[in-house]
Amino acid sequence: MLYVDIEKKLDSFTLKASFKVDGEVTALFGPSGAGKSITLKCIAGIEKPDSGVIQLNGRTLFDSSQHIDLQPQKRKVGYLFQEYALFPNMTVNGNIEAGMRTLKKSDRIAKTAELTERFRLNGLEDKRPSTLSGGEQQRVALARMFASQPEVILLDEPFASLDILLKAELIPYIKDIINNFGGESILVSHDVDEVLTMCERVTEIASGVTERTVTTEEFKSKMKVIYERAGLDIGRFNDHER
Amino acid sequence: MDLFPLFNSLRIAAISAVIVFFVGIAAAYYIAKTPRVIKGILDVIFTLPLVLPPTVVGYLLLLLLGPKRPVGEFFLEKLNVRLTMQWWSAVFAVSVVVLPLMYRTARGAFERFDENLASAGRTLGLSNSYIFWRIRLPYCRQGIIAGAVLSFARALGEYGATSMIAGYTPGKTATVSTAVYQLWRTGNDELAIKWVLINIAISAVVLLCVNLLERTDRRRG
Repeated sequence: MLYVDIEKKLDSFTLKASFKVDGEVTALFGPSGAGKSITLKCIAGIEKPDSGVIQLNGRTLFDSSQHIDLQPQKRKVGYLFQEYALFPNMTVNGNIEAGMRTLKKSDRIAKTAELTERFRLNGLEDKRPSTLSGGEQQRVALARMFASQPEVILLDEPFASLDILLKAELIPYIKDIINNFGGESILVSHDVDEVLTMCERVTEIASGVTERTVTTEEFKSKMKVIYERAGLDIGRFNDHER
Repeated sequence: MDLFPLFNSLRIAAISAVIVFFVGIAAAYYIAKTPRVIKGILDVIFTLPLVLPPTVVGYLLLLLLGPKRPVGEFFLEKLNVRLTMQWWSAVFAVSVVVLPLMYRTARGAFERFDENLASAGRTLGLSNSYIFWRIRLPYCRQGIIAGAVLSFARALGEYGATSMIAGYTPGKTATVSTAVYQLWRTGNDELAIKWVLINIAISAVVLLCVNLLERTDRRRG
């Protein structure tokens, strides 16, 4: 279980994120600049909250009152960056192996082969990230993230830089991967369709403040009302099934 | 033609370039992480030799390293080593004058680095030193190499501070730049022009290397 209750003063607002994720896929839903990515960065240890607590499966990752602030290296948090953040000077295999530096070389090679197979990267092993398509880059980033054996995975707008056709192809694929992961997953998104298709629970965030976490059904009803009021097409709210 | 000045200039420039390579990179990396006010102050200190007349740098170094000054006196009395008027004394002068070039070029290269790569590395469990040597430096490689080559070129031509701290002794401390001055002063134009041409040729080749590196860097985006 991931428990987050943090505050951090930012330039335009104070981030007040409070929610928990227990085995399910949770969406952190909100408009651009609402504080979604910074929340993920606080969980991963890339940014430091001013105060609060972050716990993961009984381990305290951050607790301001006890002066605990685990390094990102020790948190076991997998992070899929928006632009994937693949190491440009390393090959596909080099990137994947970077996620498991602590393993013995023979284990690393075996695990890399397994991940290459699982993420359909065969034939791309020796290529540099800059020569790959957006979808291939995303699969490398996913393989690298899983190589580090995270306990929770954070996906920061994973489809934001992909065109609509590729996105349509990748959504079911990534949904499968997340469902097979078994641990906690947080998907940051400002896209209602993505959230309804991929997530079980939704935590909305606006101006840095999170609301009560709701089920996707509740979220769907709320969105339907908002869309109806705005005179938008509500067909989408009848089609989604998880 | 005695080629000692060329040999001496090359070794002084090479040693100084190696020193400022490491000091400049470390300064650029660590200063970028300091709070804004301290960063501003350190940035001025590390850039100052770029705008100060080299003679001022030489004078300040003499105040520190001269045989009757604190550091110079200590080395002379305790270790019987005179820090000035040796061929290697020029390394102090050249390193200080050239350091801003390496520091600012490395800083520029580091500023273009995508910090998400370092963050990704940390979430993957990579150590900070691994991230620095295997991800950050390779990413900034072209800019850093260009800085090192530029530093070497500038080191090769340093005159003001070098002449004050190492002087001009033929066969001992003479460099290309101090030799040119001495040859002109003594009316030996024929030899002076030879050294001038050698200096221009070396500098042109070095600058050509810098341009090539920068072009590769831009292409890489």
